[in-house]
Amino acid sequence: MSENIDRVNETEAAVQDVKPDGHKDQKKREPLFHITKRGQLPLIQAIGIRAAAIVLALIVGGIVSVFVTGKNPIDIYASIFDGAFGNGDRAWVTLQEIAVLLGISLAVTPAFRMRFWNTGAEGQVLIGCLATAACMFWIGGSVPEWLLIVIMLGASIIAGILWGVLPAVFKAFWGTNETLFTLMMNYVAIQLVESFLKIADKSGSNTVGPTILVHGWVPNLFGVQYLLNIVIVAALCVLMYIYLKKTKQGYEISVVGESENTARYVGINVKKVIIRTMAISGAICGLIGFLLVGATSHSIDADLVGGRGFTAIMVSWLAKFNPVIMVLTSFLLVFLDLGAGEMSSALGLNKSYGEILTGIILFFIIGCEFFVQYKINVNKNHKFFVKKGEKEVLE
Amino acid sequence: MKGAIALELKHVTKRFGAVVANHDVSLSVHHGEILAVLGENGSGKTTLMNMISGIYYPDEGEIYIDGNKAQILSPKDSFKYGVGMIHQHFKLVDVFSATENIVLGIEDGKKFNLKESSARIAEIADKYGFEISPEKKIYNMSVSEKQTVEILKVLYRGADILILDEPTAVLTPQETDKLFAVLRRMRDDGKCIIIITHKMHEVLSLSDRVAVLRKGEYVGTVETAMTSESELTEMMVGKKIALNIDRTDALGLGERLVVDKLNCLDEYGVKVLQDVSFSVHGGEILGIAGIAGSGQKELLEAIAGIQPTESGKISYIEPESKELIDLRTKTTAEIRDLGIRLSFVPEDRLGMGLVGNMDAVDNMMLRGYEKSTVFVDRKKPKELADKIIDELEVVTPGTSTPVRRLSGGNVQKLLVGREIASAPKVFMAAYPVRGLDINSSYTIYNLLTKQKESGVAVMFVGEDLDVLMDLCDRIMVIASGKITGIVDARTITKEELGLLMTKTTSVFEDRESRTNSEEKESLSDE
Amino acid sequence: MIFGFPIVLFIQRAILQGTALLFGSTGEILTEKSGNLNLGIPGIMYIGGISGVIGGFLYQSSAGRTVNPVLAIIIPLLSSLLGSLLASLLYCFLTVTLRANQNVTGLALTTFGVGFGNFFGGSLIKLVDSEVPSIALTKIAKVFKKTLPFADDLGWFGDIFLSYGFMVYLAIILAVVASIFLKKTRTGLYLRAVGENPATADAAGINVSKYKYLSTCIGGMIAGLGGLYYVMDYTNGVWSNNGFGDRGWLAIALVIFATWKPSVGIVGSYLFGALYVLYNYISVSMPMMPIIQMLPYVVTIIVLIITSMRNKKENQPPASLGLSYFREER
Repeated sequence: MSENIDRVNETEAAVQDVKPDGHKDQKKREPLFHITKRGQLPLIQAIGIRAAAIVLALIVGGIVSVFVTGKNPIDIYASIFDGAFGNGDRAWVTLQEIAVLLGISLAVTPAFRMRFWNTGAEGQVLIGCLATAACMFWIGGSVPEWLLIVIMLGASIIAGILWGVLPAVFKAFWGTNETLFTLMMNYVAIQLVESFLKIADKSGSNTVGPTILVHGWVPNLFGVQYLLNIVIVAALCVLMYIYLKKTKQGYEISVVGESENTARYVGINVKKVIIRTMAISGAICGLIGFLLVGATSHSIDADLVGGRGFTAIMVSWLAKFNPVIMVLTSFLLVFLDLGAGEMSSALGLNKSYGEILTGIILFFIIGCEFFVQYKINVNKNHKFFVKKGEKEVLE
Repeated sequence: MKGAIALELKHVTKRFGAVVANHDVSLSVHHGEILAVLGENGSGKTTLMNMISGIYYPDEGEIYIDGNKAQILSPKDSFKYGVGMIHQHFKLVDVFSATENIVLGIEDGKKFNLKESSARIAEIADKYGFEISPEKKIYNMSVSEKQTVEILKVLYRGADILILDEPTAVLTPQETDKLFAVLRRMRDDGKCIIIITHKMHEVLSLSDRVAVLRKGEYVGTVETAMTSESELTEMMVGKKIALNIDRTDALGLGERLVVDKLNCLDEYGVKVLQDVSFSVHGGEILGIAGIAGSGQKELLEAIAGIQPTESGKISYIEPESKELIDLRTKTTAEIRDLGIRLSFVPEDRLGMGLVGNMDAVDNMMLRGYEKSTVFVDRKKPKELADKIIDELEVVTPGTSTPVRRLSGGNVQKLLVGREIASAPKVFMAAYPVRGLDINSSYTIYNLLTKQKESGVAVMFVGEDLDVLMDLCDRIMVIASGKITGIVDARTITKEELGLLMTKTTSVFEDRESRTNSEEKESLSDE
Repeated sequence: MIFGFPIVLFIQRAILQGTALLFGSTGEILTEKSGNLNLGIPGIMYIGGISGVIGGFLYQSSAGRTVNPVLAIIIPLLSSLLGSLLASLLYCFLTVTLRANQNVTGLALTTFGVGFGNFFGGSLIKLVDSEVPSIALTKIAKVFKKTLPFADDLGWFGDIFLSYGFMVYLAIILAVVASIFLKKTRTGLYLRAVGENPATADAAGINVSKYKYLSTCIGGMIAGLGGLYYVMDYTNGVWSNNGFGDRGWLAIALVIFATWKPSVGIVGSYLFGALYVLYNYISVSMPMMPIIQMLPYVVTIIVLIITSMRNKKENQPPASLGLSYFREER
C-alpha cells in the first residue's frame, strides 16, 4: 500500500500544473484507467506475463478442483503429472499424442500465416483417416501389403488436399467465408465416416476396428510403437520451419497474409498461393489421418480425431504460428488433456473434468495476450487513489 | 460576431507508444468564429481534434467547454457537449441508407421513426442547398455524396462546435465554395467552427483566426486578417525555406508509353476509366491532376497490371529497339518477366507498396524475390536496404525493424529508393509526398527530377496544383474517369486547371471529328 | 398418411428437431450482428442444458411426489439462463474487454462447455446410481411438454400446429421478435452498425462494448434455451452425455443459411430438422442415412457459395464479424 502512495506522489510532482478541479460530478467521471497499445514489450517481460498466466491458471484450476473433489490440489497436480508421465508406456502415449496434435497444428499453420482461418482441420484429418480405412477395407488383400500402404498414403493425402482445396478455391475466386466453409466441411466428413462404418460393419457398431481392417498395417519403426509417427512429425516440424522462414513460397505466404494488395502489386498470384497453401495444409492433414489409422489405431470411428483439429488451432495461435514454439504449446495442451483425464479417473471423477480444467487454463492463456499487447494506464489522480491515500494518512 | 470562449484546450499531451503526437498544446476558440488549424501532415492536427471528439483520451491536460472542465471519454460525451466532428475518413456504414447513418447514435427520447427523420434530413439539406436522397444506400454513393451525409450528420444533431478534418480534399472547387458558404452562415449563427487543413488559400479565405501546429507542438494563433501566406508557412515549417523546384527541360526522347482508349470498371461494374488516351515520353514528368477518386488510382494500377481493364491499349515502346508491347492484357508478373522495368510507388504505401509488419530487408525483397527458385536469399536485399538507408538518410533503428514503426517520410524513402533501385524505364508515383514533411517532400521531388534527367518516363499523381505546376513538364487532368485536358505545366494557370478538373466532357468528346492519330499529335503539341 | 408417408408425424418431428436449432441460430444471429463470431455457441448450448438439468434435478429431488408446474418451469429456466449468461460473459470478457481472438476463444469455450455439461451430467448420473448412463427428470419434462388442451380435438391441424410444448412457440416468438428488433427498432439499427463498422458506431456515440456484451449475452442465453429445450422437451427430461451431439454447429450453419435473418431462420430450422429426421421416414439403406443427415451441412455450404458469388451487400456477413475493436488503434 505504501508503495502505491509513493507512486501517486511521484506523478503528482511530475505534473504539477494539473490540479484536480472543484467540480465534484466531473471528478467522479474522471476515468480510473485507460488502455493504450504497447510499442513492443521486451521478450523477457512477454514471456513473464505468459508464465504468470499459466501459474495463475494452475492455481485457479487447483481451487476449482478442490471445490469439486475436496482433495488437496498438490495431489491433484501430482496425479496429472503422473497421468502424463507416470511410467514408460504413458510417456510414449504422451509423445504420440503430442506428435499427432503437433502434426495437425503444423498443417493449419501455413494457412493461418496467410490469414486463412481454416477451422476444418478436423474434417481434413478425418477424411484422410477415411481414405486410409477405405483402402484397407476394399483393396486390402488384393494387392501386396507394401503396395497397399503406398495406395493408402496416396489416397489419404489426396483426400486431405480435396477437403482443403475446395474451400480455398471458393475463397480465392469469390471470397467465400473460409471459417464457416471449412467448419461445415468437418461435418460432411463425419457423416461420410458414419456412412462407411455402416458399410464396413453391418452390425451397426460405432467403430470399425482392427478385426475388420486387417490389411495395410504400417510396420513399427525399430519395433517401437508410435516411433514412426514421432519421427515423421519431428521431421515435418523442421521442414515447416524452413518452408515458412526460408523459402520463396513461405515468403509469398507471408506477403499474402500481411497484405493482399501488396501481393498483387508485386505480381504474386494470390489465388494460386491461397489454393497451393491450402493444398499443403490438407495434404499434411491427410498424412496425419493416414498415420492415425494405418500406423496407430488400425480402426476408425467418427470421433477418431476427437476435436484435435480444433485444439490444433489453439496450439498454432498460442505459438504465434511459429513451428518451433508449437512443440511447447502442443506439449502443454496434451499434458493437460492426458494428465487431467488420468487424474479424473484416479480420483473417481468423470473424464470430462479434464476438458473443464483444459478450458480454464486456455482461458487464462488467451486472456493474458491482452497484457502483452496493451498497456493499462492507471489515472493516479483519480479519487479512487486519492481517497485511499487520505485514509492512509488518517490512520 | 465573436462571442464567449466556446472551447479551450490546456496543456494537452497525447502519446502513441514512443511517438508524441501532441505535446503541451493549448488553444481556444470563440462562438461565432472560424478557427483554422494549420499544420503539415503529421503535425498532430487530427489527433488533437480526435481528443475533442472523444476518439482519443489525452494523456495529460484538460479540455474546457463553455468555461467548464469537460471529461470527454467517448464520442457520446462529445455530443453531449455539442461537439460534432466530420472525419477525413468517412465514418459511415456501407449497407445503411443516408438516414440510417445520420440518426445513428442519437438518443433524443423521441419515437424511432426513420420516415420522419428522412423528412427532417431533406429539410435541412434543402435549407443549405445540399442534394441528397435520404433512402440511398451509402455503397451506391459517390465520394461527395458521402461527404454530404457526413456534414448532414453533424447538422442534424445541431452541434454547436463543429470540427471539419480536411473536408475539401474530395470536393470540387464549386462544392468547396458551397461548403464554405454554409460554414460562414453557421458562424454568423454563433456556432464555433474548427477546420483542419493544410491548404493555405482555404485558410486565408475562410478563417477568422489560424492556430498553427508543428510536429505535435503548438506554435501560436494569429488573426487571419493580420497575417500573410509567408508568415503562416514559416510558422508551419519552422525556418524559411526556398520552395523552388529545379525544373530542367524535358529531354524529348520519344514516346515510352502510349495509352489508347482505355476503359475500366470497378468491382461494382461502375465505369472508372472512360476512353482514356495519352502518351508519356522518356525524359519528362507527366503530372496527373484531378479530384481524389477520379480514376487516378485505377489508371496507374491498370498500367502496372494490377487492375483488370475492359478494352483499349496500353503500349510500351522499348527505347532501343522501338518494339511495341501491349501491356493491357498482361499481369504484373508477366510484365515483370518480359523484362519491362516499370516502377510504381502506389498511394497506399504500407498497404500496397510495402508490408508494414515486415522489416526493411523483407520489404526490399518484394522486388526481385521471384528470381529465386526454392530458397530466398536475403543478402542482396540487406545490402540494398543498407544502401538506401545510407543514401536517402532514412531514420530507422535498423534493417530488422518493422517498417510500420518508421515515420511516413522514412517509409516513403524506403519505398521510392527500392523502386528507383531497379533502374526503371517508366516510373509512376501516386501522391508520393502525402503525409511527408517539407524536407522529405523535396527529397522526393529531387529524386523524381533525377529520374527524368536520366531519361525515365515519369508519371506523377499529385494533389497540390502548385507543386504539379512547378515540377512537371505536362499536366494531364482527369475528371470522373475521363481525360479533360493535357496541358503545358509551364504556361497553365491554377484557375484553368481547376476548370478542367470539374469538366464533365472529355477532351476527345470535344473534338469528335478528329481521328485518333491526329488527336495524339495535337495532344503532344499542347 | 399420404401414399403411405406419415406426413403429419414427419412434420411434427421436423419441428421438434428444428426447435433446438432455432434457439441456437436466433441467439447466434443476435451475437454475430454485433460482430462477435461466437464459436462457443455449441458449448453454451450444453451449459444451458445442463444448468437447467441441475436446477430441475435439485427441485425435483426436494419437491417429492408432485411438482408445482410453475416452479417446475421457472427453476430450470432460470438456472439455464444463468448458466448460459455466465458462459457468455466469459466469452465477452475475453473477446471484448481483453480483445482476444474470437475463433480461439470460442473453440476453447466449446471445449469447456461440452466438458462442463458431460462432467455435471456424469456426476448427477453417479449420484442417482442409475443403471443406464443417463438421468431422467420425467416429472418436470411432463410440465414442459404440456400442450394446449384442445390440440387433440382438431385432427391434423391440431397435430401440426398445436401439439407442442411452450418452448416450441417460444422459439418462434423469439425469432420473430429478434427479426423485428433488428429491422425496426433504434437499438436494432445501432446493433447492426456495431457489427458492420464499430469505428463508425463508436464515433456516433454508440457504446460498442456495451452493445457487444448485451447482444452476445442475450444471444447466448437464447441459444442456451435450445439446450434446455432439447433435454426437457425433446428427450423427455433425459440427459445423456454427448446426447446433444453436433446440433450446436448445425445452429451456426443455420445462421449462414438464413443469411443473418432470424425470420428466415424459422423456416430454415424446420427444413434442417426435416433433413435431420428424414431417414426415419423413407426407406434407405443403412449407409445412406448419414448421407441424408449430411444434407443440412451441404445445403449450408451451397448457400454460402451462392451468396458470396451473388455478392449482394445485404446478404453478406456483418462486415466486422470476427474482428475485435480497439478505439485507439492506429
